[in-house]
Amino acid sequence: MWSLRRWIQSAATVLSNPYVLFPFTRNLYQGKLKSVCAPGLNCYSCPAATGACPIGALQTIFANVRPSFKAGNFHIGLYVLGLLGITGSLVGRMPCAWLCPFGFLQELIHKIPSRKIEIPHWMIYIKYGFLALFVILLPLIVVDGFGYGTTWFCKYVCPAGTLEAGIPILILQPQLRELAGWLYVNKIAILALFLVLMVFIRRPFCRIVCPLGAIYSLFNKVSVFRMVHHPDKCVMCKECYNGCPMGVKFYEGANQLDCIRCLKCMQESCKFYAISYEIAGLPVQEKEGRKKAITADQV
Amino acid sequence: MGQDKRKSGFLLLLLFLVVLVIGINAGEVATVWEKAVSICLACIGIG
Ligand code: SF4
Ligand code: SF4
Ligand code: SF4
Repeated sequence: MWSLRRWIQSAATVLSNPYVLFPFTRNLYQGKLKSVCAPGLNCYSCPAATGACPIGALQTIFANVRPSFKAGNFHIGLYVLGLLGITGSLVGRMPCAWLCPFGFLQELIHKIPSRKIEIPHWMIYIKYGFLALFVILLPLIVVDGFGYGTTWFCKYVCPAGTLEAGIPILILQPQLRELAGWLYVNKIAILALFLVLMVFIRRPFCRIVCPLGAIYSLFNKVSVFRMVHHPDKCVMCKECYNGCPMGVKFYEGANQLDCIRCLKCMQESCKFYAISYEIAGLPVQEKEGRKKAITADQV
Repeated sequence: MGQDKRKSGFLLLLLFLVVLVIGINAGEVATVWEKAVSICLACIGIG
C-alpha cells in the first residue's frame, strides 16, 4: 500500500509536468506559469514542465550578471533566492521528500531488490562544492568576450536535465540530434551512472550532488517546522536510520543537513515515541497507541 | 535559546520576503520566464 507521501510525490510529479500538448506542439510550454520556480529539481526544458527550475534560473542569472549590469537591470537572482529562502525558512528541506520528482524517482528505483550500500558520511558535503562551484562561481567568473557565462551545472552535470529534457527533446526535435556530441555523451553517462547508483544507494544524487537540496538543507536547523529528538525516550535501536530514505542517523540529532522531513522515522520506524516535530516551537507529538507499543525492555 | 530558535524561522521568512519583493521589482520574474520558455541547450546536453 502506498503511503500518503507516495501519493503526494506522485501528484507533485504530475503537477510539475502537466503540459500534455507537447507531443503535438513538439515544443515547451510557454505560458506565464513558467516564471514561477518549481519547489523541486524539475527541468524547465522538460517538454511537459509548466514551471521553472530554481537551479537553472539561478545559474542563468549569475551567468548573465555582467550584461545585466551593463544594461542597467541589476539582476542578481533575488527573486529566485527569495522563493527558495521563503520555502527554506518555513519547512527546510521538506520539498525534497514530498514534492521533488527527481527525489521521488530515486526512491522508486531504490526499491529494486539488491544489496544496499552505504556511502561514507563525508560525501554528503560534496553537494556544497557543486553549489559553490558549478552553480555560483563558475557561471559568475568564466565569461566570454561579451561578458556572458554559462550554466555549468546544467551543461556538465545535471542528470535530471538529461532525463527530463535531453532525451525527450531529442526525440521530439530530430534536427537537434546532429548537434549531440561529447557533451551529450557525458550527460548520458552521468545519468546512467546515477540510475545504477540509485538501485544500491539511498538517494545518491540528493545526498551527494544536488545543489537545490544543499540550499534547502542550510535552513533545517532554523526553519519554522523542525524535527525534535527525545533522548529520554530513545533506546538507540537505530530503526530510524535503517528506514530513512536519506540514511540520516536521527538518534545523533534532529534536523541534520540531510533530513528531508519525510516523517517516516516518526510515523513508521520509531516505536518509542522518541521523534516528534514542532511548528514555530509548538510541539506536535504523535498520539501514543497508533503504533504497536513496544517498551524498552522488549528490544 | 528556545525563544531565539522560535523567532529565527520567522525572521528569515521576513528577510526572504523582502528579498523576493526586491527581485520582483527589479524585473527578475520576466528574466526567469524568458529563460524557461526556450529550450536550454545546456540542459539537454548539446551546447
Ligand atoms: S539541467 Fe538540471 S539544473 Fe539545469 S534547468 Fe534542467 S533540471 Fe535545472
Ligand atoms: S536533493 Fe535535489 S533532487 Fe533530491 S529531492 Fe531535493 S531537490 Fe530533488
Ligand atoms: S531522519 Fe526521519 S524525517 Fe529525516 S529524512 Fe530520515 S526518516 Fe525522514
